[in-house]
Amino acid sequence: MAEEKIGVYICHCGTNIAGTVDVEEVTRWAAEQPNVAIAREYKYMCSDPGQDLIKQDIKENGITRAVVAACSPTMHEPTFRKAAGDGGLNPYLLQMANIREHCSWVTIDHDAATEKAKRILGAQIHRLPLNVPLQPIEVPVNPNVMVVGGGIAGIEAALKLAATGKKVYLVERDPSIGGHMAMFDKTFPTLDCAACILTPKMSAAGKEPNIEMLAYSEVTQVDGYVGNFKVKVKKKARFIDTDKCTGCALCTEACVVRKVPSEFDMGLSKRAAAYIPFPQAVPLRATIDPTRCLTLTGKKCKQPCVAACGPEAIDFEQKDEELELEVGAIIMATGFQLWDPTPETRYSYGKLDNVISSLEFERISNASGPTGGHIVCKNGEAPKSVAILHCVGSRDDNHQEFCSRVCCMYSLKFAHLIKEHLPETEVYECYIDMRTYGKGYEEFYKRLMNESVHFIRGRAAEVSAVALSPEEQGELVVKVEDTLLGITRRLPVDMVILSSGLAPRADAKATSQIFGFGCSSNGFFLERHPKLEPVSTVTDGIFIAGCCQYPKDIPDTVAQAGAAAAGALALVDNATVKVEPTISYIDPEKCSGCHICVGLCPHAAIQYNAEKDAAEVIEAACKGCGVCVAACGSGVPQQRGYLDEQIFAEIEGALVV
Amino acid sequence: MSKFKFAMYWAGSCGGCEIAVLEIKEKILEVDANFDVVFWPVAVDFKYKDVEGYDDGYIDVCLFNGCIRNSENEYMANLLRKKSKVLVAFGACATMGGIPGLINEATAQELKELVYTKNPSIDNPEGVFPQEKYEVPEGELDLPHLYDTVKTLGQCVDVDYFMPGCPPEAHQIAAVLDVVTAALKGEAALPPKGAVVGVAPKSCCDECKRVKEEKKIGGFRRIWEFFPDPEKCLLEQGVVCMGPATRAGCGARCTTVGMACRGCYGAPDGVIDQGAKMLSTLASIVDAPTPEEIAEIAATLPDPVGTFYRFGLASSLLRRAKV
Amino acid sequence: MTAASEKESRVSDQFEPRLIGFLCRWCSYNGADLAGTSRMKYPPNLVPIKTNCSGRVDPTHIMKALAEGADGVLIAGCHPGDCHYINGNYRTAGRFPLMHKLLEQLGLEPGRVRLEWVSAAEGDKFARVVTEFTEEIRALGPLGWRTQTDVDPAKPGTAASDRVEEAVPA
Repeated sequence: MAEEKIGVYICHCGTNIAGTVDVEEVTRWAAEQPNVAIAREYKYMCSDPGQDLIKQDIKENGITRAVVAACSPTMHEPTFRKAAGDGGLNPYLLQMANIREHCSWVTIDHDAATEKAKRILGAQIHRLPLNVPLQPIEVPVNPNVMVVGGGIAGIEAALKLAATGKKVYLVERDPSIGGHMAMFDKTFPTLDCAACILTPKMSAAGKEPNIEMLAYSEVTQVDGYVGNFKVKVKKKARFIDTDKCTGCALCTEACVVRKVPSEFDMGLSKRAAAYIPFPQAVPLRATIDPTRCLTLTGKKCKQPCVAACGPEAIDFEQKDEELELEVGAIIMATGFQLWDPTPETRYSYGKLDNVISSLEFERISNASGPTGGHIVCKNGEAPKSVAILHCVGSRDDNHQEFCSRVCCMYSLKFAHLIKEHLPETEVYECYIDMRTYGKGYEEFYKRLMNESVHFIRGRAAEVSAVALSPEEQGELVVKVEDTLLGITRRLPVDMVILSSGLAPRADAKATSQIFGFGCSSNGFFLERHPKLEPVSTVTDGIFIAGCCQYPKDIPDTVAQAGAAAAGALALVDNATVKVEPTISYIDPEKCSGCHICVGLCPHAAIQYNAEKDAAEVIEAACKGCGVCVAACGSGVPQQRGYLDEQIFAEIEGALVV
Repeated sequence: MSKFKFAMYWAGSCGGCEIAVLEIKEKILEVDANFDVVFWPVAVDFKYKDVEGYDDGYIDVCLFNGCIRNSENEYMANLLRKKSKVLVAFGACATMGGIPGLINEATAQELKELVYTKNPSIDNPEGVFPQEKYEVPEGELDLPHLYDTVKTLGQCVDVDYFMPGCPPEAHQIAAVLDVVTAALKGEAALPPKGAVVGVAPKSCCDECKRVKEEKKIGGFRRIWEFFPDPEKCLLEQGVVCMGPATRAGCGARCTTVGMACRGCYGAPDGVIDQGAKMLSTLASIVDAPTPEEIAEIAATLPDPVGTFYRFGLASSLLRRAKV
Repeated sequence: MTAASEKESRVSDQFEPRLIGFLCRWCSYNGADLAGTSRMKYPPNLVPIKTNCSGRVDPTHIMKALAEGADGVLIAGCHPGDCHYINGNYRTAGRFPLMHKLLEQLGLEPGRVRLEWVSAAEGDKFARVVTEFTEEIRALGPLGWRTQTDVDPAKPGTAASDRVEEAVPA
């Protein structure tokens, strides 16, 4: 093989690398390695002057390969490959050696870090002569976008995209869009009524011609890749013809099954088997619950709903519909679920009456809720004292380690709402810290401090009905250490609100696997980079926004939704997108047609060509996993950019130091 | 015109390669017409001393079969390299170490102990072992030193051509002899040095006539455990067949008669370790709902080394068991 | 003792394992990056080699690493179900115990080749696995497979090249 001239560029990255790795020593060592023509070190290789070093060496010193020893290729491989390309060298003749994330940042001993840097770099120097020029593959991009989840995040993203002229499929699992925000009473810190600010957006989404609303639908399968996703959506049967239904709700009044706990009211009220989840539902159409309807569960029913329905929209024969949609980008906005306080058994949730969750309180306080907006206990009487317990299941090694960001604010909001409705009621807030960091939040807290709310700094230890004194008879007793006073207190109250955190949805993991991206250790969807790429995932073309990424308030949710829409737009507004050419190829002259690889490809990208009696790779579908390469007994499929020889060379180079 | 000089030697060998040469049947007369045999222990009575006395390069072509098992084998490998123009590693043992190469799982000492003391049919209470040197009144007797590790011919000396097979098939031997004879006569060019000869491109699957379809197996089966479908690929039926990882050239004679390929023609071009590749292939086609089950099924293979490295342990990446 | 020689003896009185780690680009490589961005500290003995998927890793690569002088090899892929290529890691999982069985037949201690699932969010797991693995290999000692595979007649005394004087003709 002809001698190659490798240019080696060792980045200081300020002191990030140079503070631990002896970059001069590594440069000196690199210059002595086989095929290395030039070895340079520089403070910030990713800067313009740094990139120019590479371009100059290509043009003036004729280097034929390059390696940049710096940060992770996830960070800057595209940067340096572009620089190489601009300098006239095929971008795939440049490799990166990760001596920051994998070396300087994780090693204590400086000598050891320097030696490790040499080995990491040595692997790439050894491999480079075997790199060959490659051309990126351009694939067409479908301009449509799918938004999964119709809460405030999904609605916002859909509206933003629709405004640019793109077609958006808005897929929502529930019969109506609106999500959790539709359940809230007032929103902090402005105390806007949630429904008042949400319903205009819901209505706009319902009317927007560029948004195809797929409510009461779920994604079942996702295939394809960036720019070319093929998504199977199951439109669940409502047993109502939505073209005929006017949303008059007469069927819901006529239905004989009347005792189904209402999901929207957190089980605090009952709905019928034929129902509309809430009056402002979008789309405003009825739905028949197939698990409760007498007809649909095979029992006898006079079907008064049919009689009541003027447009004759009821159709018990309706089937689920399977749609196959093609989109270029997907935005996940599937939201959260409230952390169920039941495992916190010391708070007796589910055992004692009037120990309620935060969402239950939202419904009670809401004027359109089960109590007509009257804050009352189970016996219908107004509570004379309420305790609001913070951090239920949060900041807790036993449950959720993380802080849910919004609970302090909504707890303060609850205190305010109670005082507003019931000025004489005593309100206790048992908190660990008051996390009121947002715009207007600290001011809101200060306002609350003047509303005669008792703030007790301590995480409540228990809620019981055990009375140790006459005042505690018949009451809920909250035991809490008041750390500022240095005493343990027992608070006899009529009602306890448990401010639990936001949890990832129970099926978040399964959802992420359907779409093909990952989850964080706490179960929320994993962003591509915690600071710089909060709304992308590692899978090109799939974005995330809102609480599915991590708990956050409405302002941040709306902001993220806009960011995700911008990300999706940046993708689908182009006719093509470039994908990595590190895909497999099979030489039909070498293939024996044994069929082993054909069945193994996870993306069905290999087919058998009977004429040639050989397997062949469908280039557009191959994603470059390399499974076929490893599985073929004859070593026939090879992966461009990850040839066996290249991997062997890296192994040799890593061990030669 | 004087005839060309032919030599054939068996080192750590079973003798099958010698018989394989005779399988070319009447063609042996052609060989006889073109070559003088100057050294072939199985057939003619030339001694080592005769070979030592030849000029360097005297032998035009030497077919060396058998692995390098002891110091005598290595000596003869070196000697014949010196005295031959073209040295061919002939057969699986010379090219890859062959079945004797499996002793690389143990050491010479373990082998001696097994043979001379630790087996049920030997009665050797005093633990008498062969000696490498033994004084008798007439002088000193010696035995070759038994190596711990079987080596291939190519691991000892510079080899011109490699002819795999256990043994190489008659039609391939005939073809190679034709090429060599023509080259020696100046009528054709020899293949490039180091080439693998007497083979066909691709893997054994290419020559096998069985019908190949999707490969997903739920477990392994031995040939005697069921009635294999004579038309269908054996691997698809759960029989461990080395065909996908074995070089073509033999005509797939084994699979044709219902015997799974055992890999005696060695790795195909581009594969540096036949056993590792076949392991990968086999484990990749095991199908079960969970990775744990796949792993469990794949690991039911009783003797991975003996199966995947039956002929090639000595030439594999790891070469032998840890000493 | 001067600082320099102190460092010397600290490094030289311990056997420093040479480890190779095959990391898959989507999960374990990112997990290793996360360990870096979080500044977690772990021993410097493992050099990562990146492939797109752990399913690309072939027993050949692992044996090559061992034959070239690695004392241990780590393969780290996505958790089953999380594979960016759907089920590439199923192939890895399937190959691994069978390969282990083969390596054990060749006398390799089981702890020397290790398969782990490390997600992109598990920087701490990566650091912990590398630390544990390094110490386990340190306790097992050097593998020295290079000396076994060495058949160079000029280097006598290696397991594969033992020979006697008379093997070389005059």
